[in-house]
Amino acid sequence: MTVEAKYGVPTVAMHTDKFDRVVRSVATVNGMPGLRQAFVPQPIMGKTAAQLRAYINGTDPITGRPVMQEVIEGLTQPFNESDLGPVEFDRSTPRLVEPDTAENLERLFLENRWTDMLPIVLPTEERVHAMLAGSRRKPDEIVGRMRSTHFREYWEYTVEKVAVNAVMAGARPAYFPVVLALAASCVTARGSSSSAVAGMSFVNGPIRDEIGMNAGTGALGPYNHANATIGRAYGLLSQNLQGGSIPGLSYMGNQGNNYNYNSLTFAENEERSPWEPFHVQHGFQPMDSAVSVFSSCRATAFTLGLREKHWREHCANMLRGMDPHTPPVLLLDPIAARQFIDRGGFTKKDALIDWLYSTAKMPAGEYWDYQLIQNYIYPRATFGEEPWASKLKAAPDELIPMFRREDIHVVVVGGETNGYWRIMGANYQKTVSIDEWR
Amino acid sequence: MNANEKITVLNPVGFAPKIARKAFAPRLDTLNGKTVYLVDCRFDDSDLFLKQMQAWFAEHMPSVRTVFKPISSVYLVDDPSTWEEIRAKGDAAILGVGH
Repeated sequence: MTVEAKYGVPTVAMHTDKFDRVVRSVATVNGMPGLRQAFVPQPIMGKTAAQLRAYINGTDPITGRPVMQEVIEGLTQPFNESDLGPVEFDRSTPRLVEPDTAENLERLFLENRWTDMLPIVLPTEERVHAMLAGSRRKPDEIVGRMRSTHFREYWEYTVEKVAVNAVMAGARPAYFPVVLALAASCVTARGSSSSAVAGMSFVNGPIRDEIGMNAGTGALGPYNHANATIGRAYGLLSQNLQGGSIPGLSYMGNQGNNYNYNSLTFAENEERSPWEPFHVQHGFQPMDSAVSVFSSCRATAFTLGLREKHWREHCANMLRGMDPHTPPVLLLDPIAARQFIDRGGFTKKDALIDWLYSTAKMPAGEYWDYQLIQNYIYPRATFGEEPWASKLKAAPDELIPMFRREDIHVVVVGGETNGYWRIMGANYQKTVSIDEWR
Repeated sequence: MNANEKITVLNPVGFAPKIARKAFAPRLDTLNGKTVYLVDCRFDDSDLFLKQMQAWFAEHMPSVRTVFKPISSVYLVDDPSTWEEIRAKGDAAILGVGH
């Protein structure tokens, strides 16, 4: 779109057929509904040269016309007025839904894909008003903007819009500052990546106790009302306030992701952690309340404790099991956290992260051959971006770090029923003050 | 609440930005004698696909000059130097393979 609109070069964009609806939608919301696009079958990845050539010699699976005819005509056939779409179009969102019975409204919310397919609490004016009382912020105040993916447009939302989604999720007004802080992160928990991502968030500071969040046994769910509904609210507000999360249109996660039901929302077990709380590591005071937000949560590895003889190797195996494109976030039960001190002497969390960084290595040849590394890291390395440009110089058998040190994180959560711990593959985005949204 | 009672609820959807139409580049009369850039977005083996397309042009439309051009970095990053090159040296572009 940039090449066509900004640089004045006639273009045709090639896509695979699974993305038909989404790429046409993206073109429309970028003001170019008539963008010339041609389609070939999915996938491209892993196909031989002969198979790819057959795609090119074949027909466009969307239009049924020869692919190369679509391409050549896309560059040479003039546009007519109907290709261009309206000069300007506005998509206003009414404040209220047409009055109806509760049963019909519940069906409408489901049909409009405003839910996560579980029953919701209908956001009546009375309930939304009560939710708004959970914060001093004004209902019409802008909280932020969000979008489901890089190429889509940002949608904007107010305090009242966040309250509507918090009500739907079953959250209580006392939780509302946390929900607002999550919305203010502007990080979606409903990314549309075909890799089926989820959000992950956790809370630090006094508000954990004030609203009864769980950092102990069962913290990751589903055994605590605040953890469950705050996380659900984060997901619902993401999909609704960014303008949707509809499979095939604005959501392309190939398998979906069960973590999306409550965006892996919990509280850090600061009281039983041997290290400083996560939010303090990120510039907050211990008595501040804050929520930290991660994206791209997909992979999980787990084990029990740290054995005296081979704990280093066991950890290395777990790290090697992660896709190197998404860095590790260790969720440690307090028992496991203390074992890392007993076994490795990591009295500071930074020392543990240093060790994880130096342990998570693999041969350069294997690293660069990962598909996600090829898609997202290799291009940046060839562009000269560090540290990847230097990694690119390594011999194929040379062991190189799988992750950047600054992308590795450690959080303490769990109730010490045992020393199980896990690694989530996820990208840290930011830590947001909750106190500012009280 | 009576099951037949009509109630009023709030709409949970955010506010979309206003969309303004963008201009398209004029189309070419013909591709004969023209330079077409095949722009590799460097995702999921798109380079292999576009090289096959380049071979198709060589076989079926030899009068078209094609330039295989990978973008400088990852597709999430704007690439003005490549776009400037295409504007200066090319007549048309085929970008792929997007998803």
